Amino acid sequence: MSAGIADSAYAFFAARSRWRIDEIAIWIGAAASYVLFPEHLLLGSQVLIAGLFAMSLDLLVGYTGIASLGHAAFFGLGAYTAGLLATAGWTEPVTGLLAGGAVAGVFGLLCSAIVARVRGIALLTVTLGIGLLLFEVANRWTGLTGGDDGLQGMSFSPVFGVLEFDLIGRGAFIYAFAVTLICYVLARRLVNSPFGLQLHGIRGNLRRVPALGISVSNRIRAIFAISAAFAGIAGAVLAQTTQFVALEVLSFDRSLSALIMVVLGGVGTLSGGVIGAALYLIARDRLSELSPVYWNFWLGLILFLVVLSGSGGVLGLVGKLRAAASRR
Amino acid sequence: MSDGYALETVGLNRSFGSLHVTRDVNFRLPYGARHALIGPNGAGKSTLINLLTGILPPSSGSVKLDGADVTQVPAERRVRRGLVRTFQINTLFADLTPLESVVMAVSERDGIGFNPVRSLSGCRSAIAESAALLERLGFGADARRRTRELPYGRQRLLEIALALSLNPKVLLLDEPAAGVPTGESTEIFEVIAALPSDVAVLFIEHDMELVARFAQHVTVLVAGEIMTEGTPAEIGAHPGVREVYLGEHVHA
Repeated sequence: MSAGIADSAYAFFAARSRWRIDEIAIWIGAAASYVLFPEHLLLGSQVLIAGLFAMSLDLLVGYTGIASLGHAAFFGLGAYTAGLLATAGWTEPVTGLLAGGAVAGVFGLLCSAIVARVRGIALLTVTLGIGLLLFEVANRWTGLTGGDDGLQGMSFSPVFGVLEFDLIGRGAFIYAFAVTLICYVLARRLVNSPFGLQLHGIRGNLRRVPALGISVSNRIRAIFAISAAFAGIAGAVLAQTTQFVALEVLSFDRSLSALIMVVLGGVGTLSGGVIGAALYLIARDRLSELSPVYWNFWLGLILFLVVLSGSGGVLGLVGKLRAAASRR
Repeated sequence: MSDGYALETVGLNRSFGSLHVTRDVNFRLPYGARHALIGPNGAGKSTLINLLTGILPPSSGSVKLDGADVTQVPAERRVRRGLVRTFQINTLFADLTPLESVVMAVSERDGIGFNPVRSLSGCRSAIAESAALLERLGFGADARRRTRELPYGRQRLLEIALALSLNPKVLLLDEPAAGVPTGESTEIFEVIAALPSDVAVLFIEHDMELVARFAQHVTVLVAGEIMTEGTPAEIGAHPGVREVYLGEHVHA
C-alpha cells in the first residue's frame, strides 16, 4: 500500500514537469516561421531575442515574485560585452555569447546584495536605479561604447565554423532560435528543480521559507544572478546578429517592454515570454505602420484588457480553457 | 546530547521602545520534554517564540540550543540545527500542494534544496518520504490538492507536517489547534503526543484540558515575565495563576 502512495507521488511530480502541448506548439511555431515567413526573418530574430530576455525576467517576476524595472542593465551589459570583444578582434560568437552572459551574471550577483535586502517600492526603485545608472555610464563613456552613435565596426566568424550571419538574416534566426531554445530548456529545468520549488515558496510565503531552514536572501541572490546571466546572453545575441550595439539596449523602454511581454504572454510560464514578445513586436510593427501615434494607445488598451480579464496573459487563458474543457 | 537542556534562555529581554514584552526570562526546556506555555493574551508568548527561533533579536540575554549559544545565529540556521516551529496563524504555501510543500522542506533538509539542475521528479527518496509522512497524518488524496482548497483543519495539520518533516530536536508549536473545533484539536494533539520521545516539545495552548492531558510541565507567562512553573496540577491549584489567567479561560 505504501508503495502505491509513493508511486502516485512520483507520478504527480512527473506530470508536473512534463512538456505541455502549448509549450511544444510555441517552439514548433517558432521553428516553422523560418519557412513560413522568410521575408520577416529579422523580425523573427528580434522576437526570439526579446522572448529570451522576457523569459529571464519571468524567472524573477513570475517564479520568485521579484519585480524589476531595470533588467535592461543586464541585457545591455551582455550586448556591450559581446560587441566590445568583437571590436577588439575576438570574433568567435559562442565564447562571446558566454562572456556576455558571464559578465551580466557577475554584475547581477553584485547588484543582488542590495536587491535581496529590499522589497516592494524600494525594490522597484533600486532596480530602476541600476538600469538608469548603467544607461548613463554607457551614454557618457563614448570612448568605449560609442555613446549615442552606438558601437559599430564588428564582425563575427561563423558559428562553429559553419553558420554565417548573412544579410537576409537566416543565420541570425537559426542562431537566435538555437540559443533561446537551449536557454529555455535550462530555465525550464531550473524551475522544475528543488531550487525552483523554493523560488515558488518565496513567491508564495516569505515568512514560512526561513522556518524551513531556507535562506531567502541567498536564494534571491542566486536567481537574480542567473536571471541576469540569461538577460546578458539575450543581449549578446542581439549584438552578434545585428553586428551593432545601440545605446537603446540599456534603455528603460527595453526594461519596460520586457515586463509587458511577460504580462502579455503569461506571468510564471517561461514560454509565455516568447508569445508576449511575438505579440508585442508584431503588433508594434503593424500598428505603428498604420499610425505611429496610436501604438501606445493600442498597447495601453491591450494591457488594460489583459489585466481586467484576469486571464493571466495568453498562456493563462490557454490553461483556463484547458481546465474548463477537462471539467466537461 | 549534553548534560544541559535542549533549549535554554538566560536573562532574555526584549523591548519595543519603552514597551517591555519580554522581561528577564530564564526558561529551560529539558530533552524530550512535553512542555506547555500559557498566559493571558498579550503576555508575550508569541514574542518569546520569535526570540527563541531568531525571527526577533533580543534586546539582551541569550538563547542556547543543545548547550550552544545561538543568539547570533540566523533563524534558518537554527532550523538546520533542529529548532523548528509552527505558526499560530497558518503560514503556508497556498498555491502549492501539501506534497510539494513537504518536499520543499525535506529536500532542503537533505541538502539538495539549492540544486538548480536536478529534476524534482528525480528526488525520489524526498518524494517518497514526504508522501509517507502525509499519508501517516491522514491526508490521502488531499496531499495532491492545492493547499488553499483544503479544509482549515487539514491546513493546521500541514503546519505540523512541515515542522515534522524537518526532523526537529526541539519543536515549538504556537497554538497548534487554534481555531480548530474541539474534536479535531484532540486529533492534532494525538499527532504531537506520538512524536519520538527524544524530541522536546514546547506548545502554546489556551485550553487547560489539553494542557493537562499532553503536558508534563507548564510555564506561566504574565506581562513578559515567568510568573511560575510546575506540573499541570500545581499550576491549576496556584492561586495567583487562577487570578490572572485561569479565571477568564477555564470553563469549569
